Amino acid sequence: MIAKAPTAANDNPRHSSLRAVLQDWAPRLVLAPSFLLIVVFVYGFNLWTLFLSFTNAKAFTSTKLIGLANYQKMWTWTFETDPPSNWYTALINMGLFGGLYVGFCLALGLGLAILLDQKIRGEGVLRPIYLYPLALSFIVTGTAWKLFLDPRIGLEKAVHDWGWTSFHFDWVVNPSMMIYCVAIAGVWQTSGFVMAMFLAGLRGVDSEILKAAQIDGASAFQTYRRIVIPIIRPVFFSALIILAHMAIKSYDLVISVTGKNPGGAAELPSTFMYSYTFTRNQMAVGSTSAVIMLATIAAIMVPYLYSELKEKAR
Amino acid sequence: MSAADLVVSGPSREPTRHSLTTRIVIYGLLIVFALVYIVPLVVMVNTSLKPLDEVTGGNMFALPQHLTFQPWVRAWGEARIGVSETAGIAGYFANSIRMVVPAVLISTVLGALNGYVLTKWRFPGHALVFGLMLFACFIPFQSVIIPMAVILGMLGHIGNELRDATGWSLGFGNPTVNLVIVHVIYGLGFTTLFFRNYYEAFPTELVRAAMMDGAGFFQIFRRILLPNSTPIIIVTVIYQFTNIWNDFLFGSTFAAGDSSPMTVALNNLVNTSTGVTEYNVNIAAAIIAAGPTLFVYIVGGRYFVRGLMAGAVKG
Repeated sequence: MIAKAPTAANDNPRHSSLRAVLQDWAPRLVLAPSFLLIVVFVYGFNLWTLFLSFTNAKAFTSTKLIGLANYQKMWTWTFETDPPSNWYTALINMGLFGGLYVGFCLALGLGLAILLDQKIRGEGVLRPIYLYPLALSFIVTGTAWKLFLDPRIGLEKAVHDWGWTSFHFDWVVNPSMMIYCVAIAGVWQTSGFVMAMFLAGLRGVDSEILKAAQIDGASAFQTYRRIVIPIIRPVFFSALIILAHMAIKSYDLVISVTGKNPGGAAELPSTFMYSYTFTRNQMAVGSTSAVIMLATIAAIMVPYLYSELKEKAR
Repeated sequence: MSAADLVVSGPSREPTRHSLTTRIVIYGLLIVFALVYIVPLVVMVNTSLKPLDEVTGGNMFALPQHLTFQPWVRAWGEARIGVSETAGIAGYFANSIRMVVPAVLISTVLGALNGYVLTKWRFPGHALVFGLMLFACFIPFQSVIIPMAVILGMLGHIGNELRDATGWSLGFGNPTVNLVIVHVIYGLGFTTLFFRNYYEAFPTELVRAAMMDGAGFFQIFRRILLPNSTPIIIVTVIYQFTNIWNDFLFGSTFAAGDSSPMTVALNNLVNTSTGVTEYNVNIAAAIIAAGPTLFVYIVGGRYFVRGLMAGAVKG
């Protein structure tokens, strides 16, 4: 790789020295605005939010430091179960939603990828169908699923029309079950993406290895369980990380599936942060929850990105 | 071959031989899942073409008995959204267009230049710079929206003072301009990542040869890299377009009322609590909101998948 600006251009008599200096600095001058924007608006703002989490900011920002009081408050809320605090609900829902979302996306994604990889006809038709939900906004997905799952006009009604009148499915209007509907919509939207990741992994497996396994008499199931899946373990890992970070950032989907999260029934850390900051006028508490979200994502993403970059450099 | 090419191109290796029963099971499962993914879209279109009494009184899978385009007309130009005086989603659709076009163009151009510098004009510390830009892709936006709101509020004040003094606000405080700024900044990480990974594989010898011939920094970019960048430009534009068009968090935080983008207006329309819920109109509006990104997906599916895979870093 080229380490520095070229000397050939500088030696050229046609170029004035000012121009040569500019040429020397052009790369850095071009990169600098973007880098500065990111340093200020990402890292500076993260620090600002961190600072706010140590203040008593209410409706407006504040510079009055109150130490770790906000963190202590959140820590107490974490164990406040009777009645459950909003933060406790947010954490429980995060576990439920995150677990179901990540688990089902991985299972469905791998299953579909394996099925698609059996040299089937019509892959070119099926694959785009599995993937198109990714082009939709979570708000659109949420709006649609809210309608399908609405017992008055959606699935329950349709099943009743078909004759199964005792069928009951009202999760989307039942506060204690709403979070599962968010997970259903989320899995529907994202599983195709995980399928694509696994399919790329499967297609990258050396066919010689598979042939050898076949010759040795391994069944298709054994081949996948013992040979293929261990080989594509890195894909599992990537998918897991990407899904976990998407689950933590989920916000739009909760708002749209539940209809603005009535009574905080489907509270997640993201909605908690938003409502405490912008509607409950407890900006410092909102900032504290934002810092906790950021720290969680950093704990997941930083080691992953680091290993990805290391791998690339090799 | 990139990861996405492996997905998009057909299988190259020998198939495992399956019995007829196994093949029936495989096709059966694949078709069942295809239905799971496609039926919601079909039901949406179906619902949007029915009069309201058929939606509330009938089966969502039943075809319309009285086919009507009225819900689409109402969604586009008549429906009341929140407390806004403006009728229909047409204005919000236009807001989204005004926001997405400059944001995509600016972030793509900057990403291309950054990727060029980070691969062909490396300087000490380039890896750290890239690493910091990369992590910026994945932060939860909750950790930046409060400071952003403060800064945009300040820009708004500047805009008001400018308008008082000169009659023009020069875009300061304009919600669409604000959203463009926000989307450019938080999209830079991804656009830089895309171009950096693409240019990494671009032969450095060509760049070096051009330097020997006396070509400068921008000349090399314009004459050598740019003409060979069409695929990655398409990937980046599609990725950014989809992400920015579909954004809700920034739109709902930094633009209110009549200046909201499409996603925010759709959410307000659906959750308007006054009067009868016009499900068919809501769904028509949802389809209109999904239209542009679906269109891009259908036209450029291959590039869309490449962007997704590159966005997952592996690729």
